[in-house]
Amino acid sequence: MKKIISSLTVVAMLAGCAGQIPPEALQFQPDNLANRQMQSRKYDIKTEKELLSASSNVLQDMGFNLDESNMPLGVIVASKSRDATDGGQVAGAILLGVLFGAAAVNYDKTQKIRASLVTKPAAIKDPIHVLVATKAGKQIKFDQPVEASNGFIVRVTFQRLVWNQRGVMTKIEGVNDADIYQEFYEKLSKSIFLQAQNVE
Amino acid sequence: MLNKRTTLRFSLLSLAVMTTLLTGCQTMKERVLDSSADGQTSVELRAIQSRSFDTPDKQKTMRSVIATLQDLGFVVDKADLDLGSVSATKLSGYALRMTVSVRPGASGKNMIVRANAQYNITPVTDPKPYQDFFVSLQKSMFLQANNVD
Repeated sequence: MKKIISSLTVVAMLAGCAGQIPPEALQFQPDNLANRQMQSRKYDIKTEKELLSASSNVLQDMGFNLDESNMPLGVIVASKSRDATDGGQVAGAILLGVLFGAAAVNYDKTQKIRASLVTKPAAIKDPIHVLVATKAGKQIKFDQPVEASNGFIVRVTFQRLVWNQRGVMTKIEGVNDADIYQEFYEKLSKSIFLQAQNVE
Repeated sequence: MLNKRTTLRFSLLSLAVMTTLLTGCQTMKERVLDSSADGQTSVELRAIQSRSFDTPDKQKTMRSVIATLQDLGFVVDKADLDLGSVSATKLSGYALRMTVSVRPGASGKNMIVRANAQYNITPVTDPKPYQDFFVSLQKSMFLQANNVD
């Protein structure tokens, strides 16, 4: 019976030619909000340009290379390639190699780390509601959010792609480690301070 | 219980079915042009992938799109205000790539937002994921307006 089920599954999979998109992939999840908080900071800075250039300096400090930038939208995209070998994993691989031969050995070798950094004006908490009565007696409601004159929000997101020593992709994931973001923003705060002080 | 012979027969049968189904897979021409095999027209696809938003502000709409993509765990690949397009990729054991384009509507008072997604190596043609995306976009526009963090 198991064989029938498995062969049916294979048939079903081939008929679709490929897998299906997970239903939660484009849904707003509660952890999206937590991630947003972890990945964002607000800076009281005069211009978005200053914030973007300080940010790009920090990314450069961290060894990232710029891939793409768009000033009017406040977008910087950068990436870097790094080693991905992990002592524990290599030790495990050696053990597997001894037990099952070299063919069974796989360990992570290289990784590509991508970062996208987006700035936006910090909007104030409540939009200002204004009711205007026209001469004809018509009521028009304005409820546009008012942008704060100073202050911008930065949000950075990291993701990584990992390949093993055979060049096969083993991991593709978003980086959601709070410490990493914490440290990034410490560096950015320093960079903004230095930039304000004109320290080269 | 099934005996060995029935199992063998079934395996052969499923192999035959599999081969027939494989011929149902697309040819190179269909893959390049994405002329879909299931009869979905480009008009239908466009309707699934597009929404109109009542704002004349292109830049703000694009910033909302970028914020939404970031909320959903995407990392931006490219963004261009003049062209009005944003591309982003979500990696979470799978690779989901999206390109979102924003253009002014004919009335000049609205923005047409169109999204198209690619899940690993297949185009996403199902309406549901796009509905989810636009619901998220609406929420994000609302959240942005009210700044709920």
